[in-house]
Amino acid sequence: MDKSSTLVVIGAGHAGSELACGAREAGWPGRIVLIGEEPHLPYHRPPLSKACLAGDTQAPELLIRSAKAYEKAGVQMRLGIAVRAIDRAARTLALSDGSALPYDRLALATGGRARPLPCAQGAAANATNLHYLRTLQDVERLKPDFLAGRRLVVVGGGYIGLEVAASAIQRGLQVTVLESEPRVLARVTAPVMSDFYETMHRTRGVRIRTGTSVQALHLDATGQRVSAVVCADGEAIDADLVVAGIGLLPNTELAEAAGLAVDNGILVDPQARTNDPLIVAAGDCTRFHSALYGRSLRLESVPHALEQARIAAATLGGQARTHDPLPWFWSDQYDLKLKMVGLSAGHDQVVLRGDPGQSAFSAFYLQGRRLLAVDTVNRIPDFMQAKRLVAGRAEVNPEALADASIPLTQAVPIAAV
Amino acid sequence: MTTLTFIEHNGTRHEVPARSGDSVMQTAINAGIKGILADCGGTCSCATCHGYVDAAWKDRVPAPAANEQDMLQCVLEPRESSRLTCQIKVTPELNGLVIHLPESQI
Repeated sequence: MDKSSTLVVIGAGHAGSELACGAREAGWPGRIVLIGEEPHLPYHRPPLSKACLAGDTQAPELLIRSAKAYEKAGVQMRLGIAVRAIDRAARTLALSDGSALPYDRLALATGGRARPLPCAQGAAANATNLHYLRTLQDVERLKPDFLAGRRLVVVGGGYIGLEVAASAIQRGLQVTVLESEPRVLARVTAPVMSDFYETMHRTRGVRIRTGTSVQALHLDATGQRVSAVVCADGEAIDADLVVAGIGLLPNTELAEAAGLAVDNGILVDPQARTNDPLIVAAGDCTRFHSALYGRSLRLESVPHALEQARIAAATLGGQARTHDPLPWFWSDQYDLKLKMVGLSAGHDQVVLRGDPGQSAFSAFYLQGRRLLAVDTVNRIPDFMQAKRLVAGRAEVNPEALADASIPLTQAVPIAAV
Repeated sequence: MTTLTFIEHNGTRHEVPARSGDSVMQTAINAGIKGILADCGGTCSCATCHGYVDAAWKDRVPAPAANEQDMLQCVLEPRESSRLTCQIKVTPELNGLVIHLPESQI
């Protein structure tokens, strides 16, 4: 590769921004072009469901890097442009403005899109008060409806749904959350955590209905706005606005159409390479093998997007760096700082440390003696120590974990020499 | 105008213009300074924006809040002067602030 080579990064989100600037830092000598569908410079997505809805953060403070930072790194931004197709044989991209862009190396950081509400069919799909929350545009569209006294129905009791509920209650809306599983956060946490969050929301006035699927949306006389959300049991809940947070679909269509290996995520190796030697991928759109958990994963996590983007950048710079990701996530609702590390699937025991009654506690997920994952609420030292323990596949002593007077470092049995 | 100085672990100095209201972390990121990550976007959730406040500025930077204090216990190579730079807001009073960067954030 030399000064005349072109690296194109498709996707201007967390991974794309880090990849483009990281590639320059890793020594990419030629042109770097960052293409994004959205008309904005890369921005932080997590605040969209928190500070942005609470009205705290204006768009400029959301930027991951300033425009100058990309200039300095020699990254050319092409915003508001979609890639229609990748021609791998000709090494050319077909863009939505009708032009063709050749590449020498390609990086896919296409992320994902909000899963559409299945019952939003026909006219309901275009209802002006039906919202998703993935982009800045979504927030701009939501804000005029997000007013005190309005009746909000949130479909989905996952992190997005609960964060929106928290923001809404604090803005004075009336809030109902509908979750199809028997408890909120069912797929990702233990019952003790679900109970805690249901209680926290209910004491602040959020109405939560679990075990409740949405069957249909009623429209008003204009046919342009949802007037009620109909549950599977027939109850119709009046609504002024609906926000659906029911998951993310990875944007893998471009890769798939181009013949890359895709399986609920673009398949990448530990160096972030796809099955095309000229193409790397990073972020929410990828699936990779986790050595830590012995299975393939697709992670929706900002830290993961950044770490994988750095690996991809190193690969583009000719460095053979690999990385086995440690999944970790955070969610802020009210004054509750939830920080999670690891994946708890397969656990056979949950050990509590601290006091849910004080809103400061941790839940440790064990499989045998191995620590798989930890959820912490307002217990940052536990979280930071947990990262090391989970990454190290530590075998732990459950009694010591449960005893908050014993430091976590002492909960790890001394390995036999 | 406010200027901040970042000194990398290898001694390289960077003098960077800073906007009031931005965090010290964001100032470094925007200037492309190597040695500060910002994985959580400045929400005090990741401890990858760790820096050491120069001794001359020890008492001139507002003290850390409880959240940050908790996170600081867990940075790589903590010192008395350790701060999470995403939690320090640039003000005219901090003109000339010197931050030393650790060898690694992760």
